Amino acid sequence: MNSGLVMYEEEFRLIAGICDRLTRDANAKVVFLVDKNGQLISSSGQAQNLDTTSLASLTAGNVAAMGGLAKLIGEKEFPNQFHEGERESLHMSIVGGRVVLVVIFDAKSSLGLVRLRVKKAGEELGKVFDGLAKKQTAPGAASPFAEITDDDIDNLFSE
Amino acid sequence: MSFINYSSREINCKIVYYGPGLCGKTTNLQYVYAKTNPDAKGKMISLATETERTLFFDFLPLSLGEIRGFKTRFHLYTVPGQVFYDASRKLILKGVDGVVFVADSQIERMEANLESVENLRVNLGEQGYDLDKIPYVVQYNKRDLPNVATVDELRRLINPRGVPEYQAVAPTGVGVFDTLKAVAKLVLTELKRGA
Repeated sequence: MNSGLVMYEEEFRLIAGICDRLTRDANAKVVFLVDKNGQLISSSGQAQNLDTTSLASLTAGNVAAMGGLAKLIGEKEFPNQFHEGERESLHMSIVGGRVVLVVIFDAKSSLGLVRLRVKKAGEELGKVFDGLAKKQTAPGAASPFAEITDDDIDNLFSE
Repeated sequence: MSFINYSSREINCKIVYYGPGLCGKTTNLQYVYAKTNPDAKGKMISLATETERTLFFDFLPLSLGEIRGFKTRFHLYTVPGQVFYDASRKLILKGVDGVVFVADSQIERMEANLESVENLRVNLGEQGYDLDKIPYVVQYNKRDLPNVATVDELRRLINPRGVPEYQAVAPTGVGVFDTLKAVAKLVLTELKRGA
């Protein structure tokens, strides 16, 4: 079976820092990072009033559907997508083939600026995720579940 | 594919409800949603047609509690059951940690059940998963209807391997949480084993 994604404190801080900077540099309202399977990794900006779990799941669904369409017309994927709303717009880009960087912005920013800043942030994030992948597959990497017992699992389901 | 976040101390897993059209996958999720404490659930999303048939997926995020300081969250998804939505079904299986097969117990739906189980096996295979290895449970739904096959017969056809199985009446909740708990437990056990 495919191994899951493991996020460590150190990389999480790096990622959060890159997302915060992108929010400022792109004049964005919200930036969030989602893994392609729909798990929210990080969010930055005015995300308090947003249902980020739903956003993450729908982002992944959208990227998966567009990826399916891309393959039908002979493309590998559509690495960047832009959806323009009346007031707010949404830019999605696939980073390192594994995660999706989503930027929500309004008239205070522009598509050009967002694209420019996303490109740089995407490169930085790509490096962090490469490092994370190496760390996860390195021999002797701490196995997060090793010390969990069957009783721990049973306790979760006993009401 | 599970996501373990040391920073927020969370474990996230993905469970997919699979089965033929109108077998009750969405109804399972609706019952779980209706009966779960508001603190433990997020919003349920249904991408459905105007006639309330699932078009892409239903999604329900659930929190189950903590294991050794890690919050365990499960993301429940359904696939669209209708045969012609196969491309969408494949996408939803990406990154799955556990599968529930919801079978329609009615005799006239037996062929649809078999076709769907086979389709599940093929689509999982395309994603690099093996139905015989992944955490997997079977639910025999619609047990309250008059024209149902016996459990023995259903087992022989749909569950020859004898994975955990539950009888259910999804609209009233019979067997719904038993099914969910069983698959969640298998997923966590698998995570522990693979750790």
